[in-house]
Amino acid sequence: MTALLDGYNFAFLDEQTKRMIRRALLKAVAIPGYQVPFGSREMPLPYGWGTGGIQVTAAVIGLDDTLKVIDQGADDTTNAVSIRRFFQRMTGVRTTVKTREATLIQTRHRVPETPLREGQILIYQVPIPEPLRWLEPRETETRKMHALSEYGAMHVKLYEDISRHGQVSTAYDYPVLVNGRYLMRSSPIPKFDTPKIHMCAALQLFGAGREKRIFAVPPYTDVRPLDFEDHPFSVESWPTSCALCGSADSFLDEIVLDDQGGRMFVCSDTDYCADRRAAGHAGPATTPAEVTT
Amino acid sequence: MYVAVKGGEAAIENAHRLLAADRRGDPSVPELSVAQIREQMSGAVDRVMTEGSLYDPDLAALALKQARGDQVEAIFLLRAYRTTLPRLAVSAPIETSRMSVHRRISSAFKDVPGGQLLGPTFDYTHRLLDFALLAQAGPMASPAVAGEASRRDLPQVMDLLQAEGLIAVETATKSAAPFDLTREPLTFPAARDARLQNLARADEGFLLALGYSTQRGYGRNHPFVGEIRSGTVSVEITPPELGFAIDIADILVTECQMVNQFAGSKTEKPTFTRGYGLAFGMAERKAMAMALVDRSLRAEELGEDVTAPAQDIEFVLSHSDNVEASGFVQHLKLPHHVDFQAELHLVRRMRAEVGATTAEPVIAEAAQ
Repeated sequence: MTALLDGYNFAFLDEQTKRMIRRALLKAVAIPGYQVPFGSREMPLPYGWGTGGIQVTAAVIGLDDTLKVIDQGADDTTNAVSIRRFFQRMTGVRTTVKTREATLIQTRHRVPETPLREGQILIYQVPIPEPLRWLEPRETETRKMHALSEYGAMHVKLYEDISRHGQVSTAYDYPVLVNGRYLMRSSPIPKFDTPKIHMCAALQLFGAGREKRIFAVPPYTDVRPLDFEDHPFSVESWPTSCALCGSADSFLDEIVLDDQGGRMFVCSDTDYCADRRAAGHAGPATTPAEVTT
Repeated sequence: MYVAVKGGEAAIENAHRLLAADRRGDPSVPELSVAQIREQMSGAVDRVMTEGSLYDPDLAALALKQARGDQVEAIFLLRAYRTTLPRLAVSAPIETSRMSVHRRISSAFKDVPGGQLLGPTFDYTHRLLDFALLAQAGPMASPAVAGEASRRDLPQVMDLLQAEGLIAVETATKSAAPFDLTREPLTFPAARDARLQNLARADEGFLLALGYSTQRGYGRNHPFVGEIRSGTVSVEITPPELGFAIDIADILVTECQMVNQFAGSKTEKPTFTRGYGLAFGMAERKAMAMALVDRSLRAEELGEDVTAPAQDIEFVLSHSDNVEASGFVQHLKLPHHVDFQAELHLVRRMRAEVGATTAEPVIAEAAQ
């Protein structure tokens, strides 16, 4: 366990700042999918490396919380390690790699495979919060488009994808309509995870530090990916299952084994994969005995 | 057999030890002291204070030492520290008319009341490497310094123009408190108080390039240096329990006021307009670039066509901060394999579909 750092307030931010962020969070929860501007602070970690998620976590974390931090679905990727260590030093709260044990989960690019439950909070790190940004770079314009629910441009973009490529060519960060009102960017998570936002039992909070925006999806909120009747939304599937745990329904990372085209696929969610292996599941590349850590 | 990568924490800690060793360099060379950096690298310290938006030469020098001279990294260190500080008081606006100047020039007039004062400047140095500095230089010729009395209370060139009604009068906004960029999110359209705050801590290189672009015709606004002055000003606060102003610090600043092309019409008398720049320390390249960009961002309010990048408020203000820019550009180093996997998946599927409907792909083109 890393020692608590002296000279800093609990969770780094001062209480006034936390209060300002919590107010923005309350507004975000009250208007699902709406981007609330907030007075984002400079953090001791770089912008673009999770400062939005870190500020949201810092504003809601308490001594009785258990924190899990993942990046690309894994607890042991370098930036997840770094952010978890930051909160260990700044709060001393218990941390875990177990999705089921966590009360707060800060994530980048994934939603855990294990279904979340009521009372949990999933905090997303968001680089660009504006779903219309690639279509219209100006904030003054996109805010107007949201105010008027003027989302035709996004439908046209999806239509153009289909006419050019035969399908929607957005593989991650898929645009969703929240509670039938606001168009929202899905953080960016892969398309595979998009359905998990819909009617999720946990509270989902999104923090964009550099862009100074917070948004939220309250528990059990309707979240629909944009699509067409004749081109319904669909998610990725793999021709193989996880080489370690044999899961056929999780998001798989592609591991390049050699320069001869050798590949293997393993679960991106390391906790989910470890759980399955502990329960006796095995994939084609291993036997249960080999993977005990 | 593939084994999942583990042990990020140990790797990170060792990477930081490597960085510390790298920073120290050859241990047989004496270690730099923070005081040496503060006194002998003042140009670097000034930039770190300005863009770090914290006037503290010691901490700026420390940040430079810790960042092994990497300015943007040092600015980031200072900003991250600054954000933790409580706000004890808000000072009165500094009074640059009452500056004790180290340097003061105007290019709009041959001579101005109080005179042109070159002061410590790189201008007119011939940029020849001074090999005498290679060996620790010996005693220097001591400079002649103008008396304190002749350097105080010099009238501002802009005030002379203003007295004649030749330059548009700048009035404070009526609202009680100015915008505070460090506490509130920047929103658009951004008023001039927000813009000036953003420009003051904007990346010098970014402003320099934008200012330069206006000189080359991308939003030209015909600038003259009305006045550049560098020197010390006092910072005053009025504690409510005292009811009168007290002097809490003297700070070194550089101010640049540009006189730019006039606005007006057949019915309204033409007046020159002003671009304003202010930076901590002896930082006139930054102050000048800031003044050019401040003026070009006023295009819309002065009824000019907005056609160039330097006139586009949202474009300039959204991309001027090097702590933001550096973080986001460098975040591309973080793992992105989940999104890349999703994209790979899509591209492979699209290629398979194209392959199914067309004949063999044409490879011969590469030979042409």
